[in-house]
Amino acid sequence: MTSAPITPSTSTQPTITPPFWLLAELTYRCPLHCVFCYNPMNYAAIQNELTTAEWVKVMREARQLGAAQLGFSGGEPLMRDDLEELVDEAHRLGFYTNLITSGVGLNEKRIQALKTAGLDHIQLSFQDSTQEMNDFLSSTKTFELKKRVAALIKQYDYPMVMNVVLHRHNLPHIDKIIEMALSLEAEYVELANTQYYGWAMKNREHLIPSHQQLIEAEAIVNQYREKIGKTCKLLFVVPDYFENRPKACMNGWGSVFLGVGPDGAALPCHNAREIPGLDIPNVRDHSMREIWYESKAFNFFRGYEWMQEPCRSCDEKSKDFGGCRCQALMLAGDASKTDPVCSKSPDHGVIEKIIHMAGQTEKKPDPVFPLIFRSDKNSLELTSEK
Amino acid sequence: MINLPEYPKLNRLFRLQWEEVQQAYVLLYPEGMVKLNQSAAEILKRCDGTQTISDIVTSLEAAFSTTDLHDQIVGMLQTAFEKDWIV
Repeated sequence: MTSAPITPSTSTQPTITPPFWLLAELTYRCPLHCVFCYNPMNYAAIQNELTTAEWVKVMREARQLGAAQLGFSGGEPLMRDDLEELVDEAHRLGFYTNLITSGVGLNEKRIQALKTAGLDHIQLSFQDSTQEMNDFLSSTKTFELKKRVAALIKQYDYPMVMNVVLHRHNLPHIDKIIEMALSLEAEYVELANTQYYGWAMKNREHLIPSHQQLIEAEAIVNQYREKIGKTCKLLFVVPDYFENRPKACMNGWGSVFLGVGPDGAALPCHNAREIPGLDIPNVRDHSMREIWYESKAFNFFRGYEWMQEPCRSCDEKSKDFGGCRCQALMLAGDASKTDPVCSKSPDHGVIEKIIHMAGQTEKKPDPVFPLIFRSDKNSLELTSEK
Repeated sequence: MINLPEYPKLNRLFRLQWEEVQQAYVLLYPEGMVKLNQSAAEILKRCDGTQTISDIVTSLEAAFSTTDLHDQIVGMLQTAFEKDWIV
């Protein structure tokens, strides 16, 4: 993602750039039950979805602030029967509109209506290349349906953009995943390694690959790149656990990303609800301008003043902003700490231990928990225990 | 030297539009945006699939009352072609 350049600020008052990317998580309802979903564990308790009119207000105000990209996501955004109406309004406002979908619910009638409404782009997720693995990992029977949806996407002249979440169970047959993508005439394939948030974090022991698996998978991706040239672009994102420096999470807190949850929670990052003390504002109570420029949550990790050592005096802080706040919280116990992915972090040993364990493929102990599927039942049961 | 298309046309993945907040033309594409300078924007506006490169040069030289824009325009179009902005 590119956007207006971020100028590192030396004063205590960070320069606030306009938001660029509005992510509308229309609903947490989803027909799939993916084990690597990043949605919050307690999603089933988050009710009271925004109305059509409330979403229109959110989009209008975010557009006035300068947001140009709009992602309709979820859960499964097609679960909302006003999606076409929202796309129509978004297009009228001048957003570039992206639908991020599992494809479940996308029939010819709806894709035609979305096209007419001005939808610019569809990203279709696949769980795997075979029916068995796709359906197992999403705990549904959706593979054949996804193939039909892929054909519909082509028929309506959308670029075919596929997203496949990778982990230890499907990395060994990444060649088959790429072959499937090519047979569906995909133009872009995002081979995105699992990021460990929400349900994926709960299932991390099951999902995290060995370093060797990643090296082999990347080599295969590179072979395909040479073979297929420009016909299909393969993006392979190495999971941050295996890097020495953290990702520039959200391109900096409160810098470009403005997420809105199904209940109207305004989120500086997808998982900001998990961070204590932010006082997450709600779009029902505040204008988007107040939320972006004035709210406690969006200012909390802006600039560099909040940083601890080693970030505070680090000459790379304007490159990675100290990494991911949620990861610092989950793995180091404090959202203001350095992301433990960084080799300079005093908590980096946590990551090394996780990677070491993942590499013990022969004598890997059984995970403590069974694989947990994202479902309303599991959500309610697992989060009420807390 | 790469072969530019005879009638350059904006790739259907990209949308060229004026952004009030940026005070600039931008190219929008899935999940991203490129901010354009004025000359790049004026060139891309004319990539509509009906004009040849020499039509575009003629049109821009007339619009800005100048000559010798050919090399600059071809250079920009080559960059745009490499980045898949135009087809």
